[in-house]
Amino acid sequence: MFTGYTLFWPAFSHNLIWLAWLTFIATPLGMFLAVLLDREMRGTRIYQSVFFLPVVLSLVVVGFIWELQYAPTDGFINNAFGLVKSGKLIDWLGNPHINLYAILGAASWRHIGYIMILYLAGLKSVDPSLREAARVDGATEVQTFFRVVLPVMAPINVIIVVVTAIEALRAFDIAFIINQGKNGLELLSILITNNSISEASLVGFGSAIAVILLLISLVPIVLFLSRTMKTLA
Amino acid sequence: MPAIFPGRAVKPNRRRIRPARATLHAFLIAMVALWLFPLFWAIYSSLRPISDTIQHGYVSWPSSLSLINYQTVWTQAQMPYFYLNTLVIVIPGVILTLLLASMVAFCCTQFSWRFNLIVLMLFTAGNLLPPQVIIIPLYWIYLNTPIAVLGSIDIGKFSFALFSDNTLLYDQYIGIILIHVVFQTGFATFVLSNYMKTITKEITESALVDGANVLRIWWSVVLPLCRPALAAMATLLFTFMYNDFFWALILLKSGDKRPITSALNNLAGEFFVNNNLIAAGALLACIPPIIIYILLQRHFVAGLTLGSTKG
Repeated sequence: MFTGYTLFWPAFSHNLIWLAWLTFIATPLGMFLAVLLDREMRGTRIYQSVFFLPVVLSLVVVGFIWELQYAPTDGFINNAFGLVKSGKLIDWLGNPHINLYAILGAASWRHIGYIMILYLAGLKSVDPSLREAARVDGATEVQTFFRVVLPVMAPINVIIVVVTAIEALRAFDIAFIINQGKNGLELLSILITNNSISEASLVGFGSAIAVILLLISLVPIVLFLSRTMKTLA
Repeated sequence: MPAIFPGRAVKPNRRRIRPARATLHAFLIAMVALWLFPLFWAIYSSLRPISDTIQHGYVSWPSSLSLINYQTVWTQAQMPYFYLNTLVIVIPGVILTLLLASMVAFCCTQFSWRFNLIVLMLFTAGNLLPPQVIIIPLYWIYLNTPIAVLGSIDIGKFSFALFSDNTLLYDQYIGIILIHVVFQTGFATFVLSNYMKTITKEITESALVDGANVLRIWWSVVLPLCRPALAAMATLLFTFMYNDFFWALILLKSGDKRPITSALNNLAGEFFVNNNLIAAGALLACIPPIIIYILLQRHFVAGLTLGSTKG
């Protein structure tokens, strides 16, 4: 399968791109928003509610909402920037080079809110006296965050990393809704589904891919469990 | 000073904070606008009749707004029926999951048991797996497990089979409910056990001394104490099960048993021939979770944080 199945390595690399995007772009943005909102100011609850709203939407609905944005001739983005009239429309969802990133934008819309809420909860558990001490010592906010708050939140950080990895491996719904996972949107989970359910004769193949996905998933899961066992036992 | 302006206390740092705060608010408001825009665009598109968008394109001021798309979706695409399907699947799913999960959490936290930790670990790990990993053996199980055909509850067009129409778990409401319960019980157990740890063992022990058996302690003593956590989990579980797409996609075959998310997927190709109808359908589908979210946001966030941070 590694050498003969032409879809495997693209799917694998797409999963990796998904993971990299979530880890380096979406999750930091979520953490950043959480840090911004973790203070006494008016409207912080409203901001939190808004950012978290996409999380309660089904991925199917998210896919459809973003299809309205990305559609080549009728979508908002192409029309708003005059790309349709000038004839230079960008095929966000059809072009295999950029559709993965378009989908990642939609998935991030949801992921950022989720990470923000988790991180906010963690931030609230940080002892305020630590921050007071840092302020008395003359640290700026940035310094306080990176040198004092972040190390203290090590368990939360592990959770965030694990959640990000698991969400990246679980990616399926949006890609399936958009175009059934073809043409640049292949993911391991979609390969499993297509191989085993649609063309039932390749069940062995699908199982092999599922085993690989399982092995990869075990890495963040074991990490999570070892962290949980440390605190429980 | 305070005597002349009685309402104004002197705030020393007010000047220094203001510009930074203003920038912060400006940034956040910009982000909020960006965040809400796709949703707003969907609402806007769904309110425009198709003739309007054909004439003027999608990015244009509306010449008329109407609810006709919603009407079409509601009547022609049989949305009420799919809502019913979803309710039939989600409500028993949530109740069963909470019952089972609270039982396991109760045992693991209130009684010292050698396998406490392992059980909790197993349950949590199961929920973290991508569902696609287990779908192949699950599919086989569903196609090969004989289930009793004990008749069905028929109300008009709707038919709920007890427990199967075709002697299999495949393509049955019971099948979907079952996999939801199984999949979510792990997470629910984990969260509830986190919460139940705060219930001291003295309460359970005194109830035991009073002569109550375990089941009674669970039902009458511990569950009422867990009301906040149960509410939080019910909210979360409802949202997870409602929004699920994969299980219904694979484990249901007949179109009239589909819950609303996978029904939406099918309808997108057949009925919703234009973007306006797609937008209306998607928005109709996402109204219940949004209502639950707005009303019960506290519980939602509480449930997530109980489960993910070690509280």
